[in-house]
Amino acid sequence: MAETLTEDIKFIVFQLKEKEYAIPVNKVNSIEKIEHITRVPGLTPYVKGVINLRGVVTPIIDLRLRFGLEEIKYTESTRVIIISFDDMEVGLIVDAANDVIDVNMNSIEPQPEVVGVAEAEYISGVAKIDKRLLILLDLEKILNRDEIRLDSKIEG
Amino acid sequence: MELNQYLEVFIEESKEHLQSCNARLLDLEKNPEDIDIVNDIFRSAHTLKGMSATMGYEDLASLTHQMENVLDAIRNHKLSVTPEILDVVFQAVDDLEAMVFSIADGGDGKRNVTEVVEKLKLIEKGESPQQAQSQAEVAATSTVVTTSTGASFKSEYDEFEYTVLEQSKEQGFEAYEITIALREDCLLKAARVYMVFEVLEKVGEVIKSTPPVDQLEEEQFDQEFTVSIVSKENQEDLKKIIMKVSEVEKVEINAISLEGIRNKQETTKAESEEESKKTVETTNSDVPAEAEQKKQTSTGKQASNKTIRVNIERLDILLNLFEELVIDRGRLEQISNDLKNQELHETVERMSRITGDLQNIILNMRMVPVETVFNRFPRMVRQLARDLGKKVNLEIIGAETELDRTVIDEIGDPLVHLIRNALDHGLETPDVRKANGKNEEGTVVLKAFHSGNHVFIEIDDDGAGIKKQKVLEKAIKNGIINEQTASTLTDKEVFELIFASGFSTADKISDVSGRGVGLDVVKNTIESLGGAISIESREGKGSTFSIQLPLTLSIISVMLVEIEKEKFAVPLSSIIETAIVKKAEILNAHNQKVIDFRGKVVPLLFLKDIFQVPSQEEEDEFYSVVIVRKGDKMAGLIVDSFIGQQEVVLKSLGNYLTNVFAISGATILGDGQVALIVDCNALIK
Repeated sequence: MAETLTEDIKFIVFQLKEKEYAIPVNKVNSIEKIEHITRVPGLTPYVKGVINLRGVVTPIIDLRLRFGLEEIKYTESTRVIIISFDDMEVGLIVDAANDVIDVNMNSIEPQPEVVGVAEAEYISGVAKIDKRLLILLDLEKILNRDEIRLDSKIEG
Repeated sequence: MELNQYLEVFIEESKEHLQSCNARLLDLEKNPEDIDIVNDIFRSAHTLKGMSATMGYEDLASLTHQMENVLDAIRNHKLSVTPEILDVVFQAVDDLEAMVFSIADGGDGKRNVTEVVEKLKLIEKGESPQQAQSQAEVAATSTVVTTSTGASFKSEYDEFEYTVLEQSKEQGFEAYEITIALREDCLLKAARVYMVFEVLEKVGEVIKSTPPVDQLEEEQFDQEFTVSIVSKENQEDLKKIIMKVSEVEKVEINAISLEGIRNKQETTKAESEEESKKTVETTNSDVPAEAEQKKQTSTGKQASNKTIRVNIERLDILLNLFEELVIDRGRLEQISNDLKNQELHETVERMSRITGDLQNIILNMRMVPVETVFNRFPRMVRQLARDLGKKVNLEIIGAETELDRTVIDEIGDPLVHLIRNALDHGLETPDVRKANGKNEEGTVVLKAFHSGNHVFIEIDDDGAGIKKQKVLEKAIKNGIINEQTASTLTDKEVFELIFASGFSTADKISDVSGRGVGLDVVKNTIESLGGAISIESREGKGSTFSIQLPLTLSIISVMLVEIEKEKFAVPLSSIIETAIVKKAEILNAHNQKVIDFRGKVVPLLFLKDIFQVPSQEEEDEFYSVVIVRKGDKMAGLIVDSFIGQQEVVLKSLGNYLTNVFAISGATILGDGQVALIVDCNALIK
């Protein structure tokens, strides 16, 4: 990383199967408790459906399923992180979200070459803060719209 | 009068166009080389011309037409922008403004514009406007015809009022002219006026008031006003009655004699003739001042407008906040039901009613039936057909389709252009039609309907269609494409060419359409609304222009149905009816389950399977079927149960979920949950 980038950026930290992930705070609109989700038919399983977010119909992605992890029952600590990216507003279901951390741009490294980790392609880098390893997500890849249709043949 | 309901729209839009003309002209003064600005002004002027011609304001149309010619010359680099030219154009815009204001004040919008027109003509010919300057200045400002507000002390009576007076006298009524003075410290003058009118109307009939009632209501008078009344009461009684209204200082009653009026009428007539002669003869110096004054009064009056414009964004926020409120209301209702507290229950019920009313108001604020735009077309088409010597039958379908206010406001101009286009270029003249074996009368169908996430407006004519070869030739000639690319274009791409800027297939420039503005404006406007326009055309058979508009927000009536635990909404517009059918009534035809519905074979669609609803495979003896249609095709949607009808706000699924199969959008139900809206058009093939 270039020497000139020494500013701190705030990240929202959340848990997913005992690992910690991070999204820049400026991409996050809000963090919600999980509410009733309306299923939308014809979509890939990781898109759980839509919720009513203060009058705005917002699609919800289960990040566990998106990363190919096993699905678990939602608990009291389950959260929906509402992000806005590229004109889209989407909620991400995570196990828990309870931390905001300043990350120095210098401490961000490209992701290590790990083979066989499903979420590897959605990672933009990692940051080491003290003893913690934060995985930074590549939102653009997570929100790839080409993958959400279960059956793309129907489209004429 | 028939035109009255459009007058307001016309005035508002004209003001807007003039405003933008003015603004852009100022821009042009700073950047005289910028042709884009000229194009903008030109378009505004063009639309204004069309509108005023439709409304029958000839002077307005002719001046705009002349202005347009000059702008056209500038646009085509035949003229360059000079301060002199701009001066004249500004003057023309000023005149247009004065005319529009005169119309807004109830005048006839007539104005002597010949001098400005002369000047514009000179410019168009490439001569300097300087010579015309001096005498033109006089004329431009001379006769502003506004209806006289009659500020004179004693009322004057027109022919009609005179007749009324005459007749009432015959029937034994007495006519009085009552001058009422209010106390100087009277605060609510309008209220007092109202009370005076109320008592007067009990004893007789008010024929006239000076100043007129609307000005009285706005307290646009000093302390005194005059009312003419016919009544059977005598003077003294009338006076007593009026004096009973508080804060009335003085009442003066004069009996009206018919002869007196006659005499007065004649003198004023002569006077006004004299005066108008004078206006013509007056010297340069004092006329502008007078005109100036009149202009000022007219600008002042327009402030009395009773509507305000609100940014749609604010309405969006309001609506979203309100929906939150609705959800909480649902919860409150639940709580009050559980607690069984009488007082709480009553309060919540009251709140529910109020929020219900509030909801209607908020929702309706944004939605307008497309009728408000469509309404003005029949007249326009009739007029155009006459001008063009064609026989046209305009059919309007789906005028009740509701559209978001934002869309309605913008869609008027493009539609005007498209209809003009269909009449001018599309339909043939009666003899040509006859020769081609068609009905002499051409048909233009204007159709609006909801489909999926969109509202479609189609303009369909059975005219000549688009001649592909002619379009290509023209496009090449106008340098829009070159010959090489021309040969590779598909039919659709060729048709698209007519939307290019500076394209016109009409051989002659006509007043109606055909300067090559219009279609490109249409395309731009629609695209700026997030919509699209497409053309289908068969040579000799006619063309269809189809405008697709996004349904950013619209309210639709739906039938809520339940499938297992999931709720779906089916738009009422596509439902024919609902039915319960026995399992035994279902027939099999080529792997397709069908029912016999009123003599027609209707295929059945199991929404449970189409929407992959997780289910416990528990088959009922009866099926609940919603019979829906798309055009003349029908299908039966099998659901578990019907919940009921409801008005809902249609919301999009957002930018992430675009194009979900058979789902046109979503809505938020009273309990805060999201229900998906079924797109019946996608289900019926």
